[in-house]
Parts: sequence; structure tokens; C-alpha cells
Amino acid sequence: MMNFIARVGGATRAWLADVGHATALFVRLILLAPACLRRFGLVRDHMHFLGNYSLAIISVSGLFVGFVLALQGYNTLQRFGSASALGLLVALSLVRELGPVISALLFTGRAGTSLTAEIGLMKAGEQLSAMEMMAIDPVQRILAPRFWAGVLVMPILGAIFSAVGIIGGWLVGVVMIGVDAGSFWGQMRDGVDVWADVGNGVIKTLVFGFTVSFIALRQGFEAQPTPDGVARATTRTVVMASLTVLALDFVLTALMFKL
Amino acid sequence: MTTGSPHLVELRDIHFGYGDRPVLEGVSLQVPRGKVTALMGASGGGKTTVLRLIGGQHRAQSGAVLFEQQDIGRLNKEQLYQARRRMGMLFQFGALFTDMSVFDNVAFPLREHAHLPETMVRDIVLMKLEAVGLRGARDLRPSEISGGMARRVALARAMALDPELMMYDEPFAGLDPISLGTAARLIRQLNDALGLTSIVVSHDLEETFRIADKVVILANGRIAAQGTPEEVRHSTDPLVHQFVSAAPEGPVRFHYPAQDAAQDYGVAKERA
Repeated sequence: MMNFIARVGGATRAWLADVGHATALFVRLILLAPACLRRFGLVRDHMHFLGNYSLAIISVSGLFVGFVLALQGYNTLQRFGSASALGLLVALSLVRELGPVISALLFTGRAGTSLTAEIGLMKAGEQLSAMEMMAIDPVQRILAPRFWAGVLVMPILGAIFSAVGIIGGWLVGVVMIGVDAGSFWGQMRDGVDVWADVGNGVIKTLVFGFTVSFIALRQGFEAQPTPDGVARATTRTVVMASLTVLALDFVLTALMFKL
Repeated sequence: MTTGSPHLVELRDIHFGYGDRPVLEGVSLQVPRGKVTALMGASGGGKTTVLRLIGGQHRAQSGAVLFEQQDIGRLNKEQLYQARRRMGMLFQFGALFTDMSVFDNVAFPLREHAHLPETMVRDIVLMKLEAVGLRGARDLRPSEISGGMARRVALARAMALDPELMMYDEPFAGLDPISLGTAARLIRQLNDALGLTSIVVSHDLEETFRIADKVVILANGRIAAQGTPEEVRHSTDPLVHQFVSAAPEGPVRFHYPAQDAAQDYGVAKERA
């Protein structure tokens, strides 16, 4: 019995220490924003790396999500004779929910994993230790530029996803099925609010940018410096980041749209 | 800024362990200025740990690590980074940045610390690469060069900021005989030509004894012997003798600490 209590106590302490370490690292990364701004070249390089290489998967996925939204949306809406609201349905779904969430999940898979593996392997190859011995702080030189690049690139990717998705919806709804183009765009323009819908969507992508970049970098930084350890860390990045994004999305939606 | 002490680095009664496993149990040693000091001992005996303590990557549980009379363990981050700028460390496998060319690897500390014009960075990098015989390899990637070359590049990188103290972690491990001889000669030449102080962690007896001014042998978490290579070679201490004559049996533990063998194999039942 005492043994059990001791184990629970030990696990709780370990968990609290872990939370503490994570928070400390997060705060450091936030405080390093001015330093990153001073050497914006580093952030720009990683924005290019993370953003440009995620572009293909983000656009293609956006297009298909738009297609499917239009098909399903038309199917349901035309039963009530309101197929003209298809544009509004597609745009709201994308801008409020699907754009931020799916692009964050794709970003996790495409960029988050590569961040974790890169940092984990740098650690395994003693590159981070070597940097420390050169009196260069790896958190500042390696982690922070990647973190801020991830934060900045996420809203752009989310916006591209939604935009391409709307084009996909238009292709299927208007070009293929034949919904009236005027009402498709008109209803969308009247029904989508720039601040309440688009603005909140952008805030969501920013929050997801912080979340995914941080989880990916921390998993790499804390990885056991072995092949097995890096593999585990990469898996943990996907699992933790995806679940956190979905859970946060629920919370954010509840707060933003007062449902 | 040289102080009067003849020792650049000094360890005083250091105790250190990873988790429950003690690694160093009361180690005191001095590293004389301008000399090559070799730190020897069996693998896992805490040699690399000593380097990490000097570099401030680990902190001792008790005792003091003095670098230029400053206690490394008590410095704040700012001061520690200042101290590290006067040290160079060669990691066992070089630890080159795999996403950069050889040239950029050597240029890295210069670009980060010294705000020099790019032409001057180029000159310094080429000079450092020339010193290790790899000026021609500057455009190669770390994946394109051999292990011995990678270590020489790392050496050029470690020297880029002209450190006073050079630390070599197993510089000879896994090298062919020619590279090994070259590496040893290089360490000695650089030390003398640039007026460095060097600490070489190694278990290669012959090469190390040839280039070292002072040899320190670590065993079982303590200093087993220290002195000139000749003194250590002729030591009568059984522990040192075991190491120098490469005997498999002797006072150095072959077995990792374990519980009683009879108990482990389930021979001895619990005694009432």
C-alpha cells in the first residue's frame, strides 16, 4: 500500500516537473521573440522551409475538402430548397473550423515531425552539446527561430487552405452541379463576417501554430538521444499535437462563437 | 589576463553521479598551463564527465571546478558562456552540423560571436582548415567525409575562436593507424605552436603516452595515479599496472555493480 502511494506520489512529482520544464521552455521561447526579430533571416529561412514544403499538401487537401463540402452541402441544402446558400456553408465551414484544424493537423504531420526528428538527431549527434560548448545557446539559435517560423507560417497555411477549399467548393457547386454563381458568392459575401468568422479563424491558426511548433520542438529537445528515442519522440509529436489541436479547437469554438 | 596560478584548470574533491550511480568520488587534479594533460582510464570511468564538468555542462554535487580561479559550478549563465568562449572542445565523433558544409561549420562560431566582415571570416576559416590539412575539403558536406576528417574539421571549428583550453574527447577512437598518428601529432603541434593548454581524454595508451606531458589515470571514480608518462608507466600500484599492461584481471571492476549472483540466479532461496 505504501509502495502504491509512493509510486503515485513519484509519478505526480515527475508530471509536475515535466509541466514546469515545458512552461519554462515555452516562456523562454516567447521571450526570445526580440532576438529572433533582430536576426530575422533565420526565421525567414525556416518559414521558407516549413511553409513552402507544406504548401503542396495543404493546397491539395484544401481542394479536396472543398470538393467534398460542396457535394455533401448541396445534397443536404437542396432538400430544403436552399442550394443557393451553398457558398455560405462552404465558406463558413472552412474559415471557422476546417481550415484551421485540418491545416494544423497536416502541418503537424508534414512539418512538426520533421522538426522533432531534426532536433532529436542534432541532440543525438551531440550537435546541441557542441553548440553549448561554443557558448551558443541552442534554445536561442536553433529552437527559437524554428518556433517563431512555425507560429508565423501557420496562419498563412490556414488561409491558403480555406481559400483553395472555397475554390474547390465553387468548382463542384457552381461549375459541376450548376448552382447559381451569383447566389453562391453573394450569400457568402453577406453571411461571412470579416472579424467574427475570418478573424477568429486566424486566431485559431495562430494558437495552433504556437501549439504544434512548441510540442514538436520540445519533443525533439527532450528526446532520448538514440534512434529509438527519436522515433518515439516523433510519434509523440503527432499524437500530442493532434489531440491538443482538436481539444483546443473545441474550447476556442465554444469561446468564440458562444454556442 | 593570466593569473599567477600555474594551473589553468583545477578540480577539487569532486563528487558526481548520474542518478544513483556515482561516477566520480572525490577527484582532485590540476591541469598545468601550456601542457598536454592526458586523462586515461577504462570506458565509463568518468573521463568524459570530467570534461563536461569543466565545460559547465554538468555541475558537480560537491567540490569545485576552477577555470582561471573561477568556480565553473557557481557561474551564472552569462559568466559561464564567457568562460566557454575561452574553451574549445572536440567531441568524440566531431559533432559537426550536418546541415552545413565544412566551411560553414568552421565559420559558425566566428559568425555567431565575432562580428567580422565575411572576407575576414573566409581568411580565418581557410587558415584553420589549412592547419588541419583540409583546406581543399571546404565545400564538402559532413556526410561526404570520413570519420577522421570529420574530427579534424571539428578541431578546426573548436579552434576558430582561438581558445586557451582545448579539450579532446576520445580523439583517437575508431581511427586507422595513420589517422591516429596524424591526430596525435596535430594535438601536440597545435598545443605548442599556439600556446594552448590541452586535456586529452583517451584510452589509447601508446599514442597518448607519446604526446602527453602529464598523465592522470582515473579508475573506479578516483585518481589512481598521476605524473609524467614515465612515472605512470613504472608505477607499482596494482590498479595502474593493470591499466598500463592492459590486463583483463585486476582491481578495476569488470562487473557492473549487481546484486548477489546466487540471488540473481535463484539458487539461494529467501532466508527466513
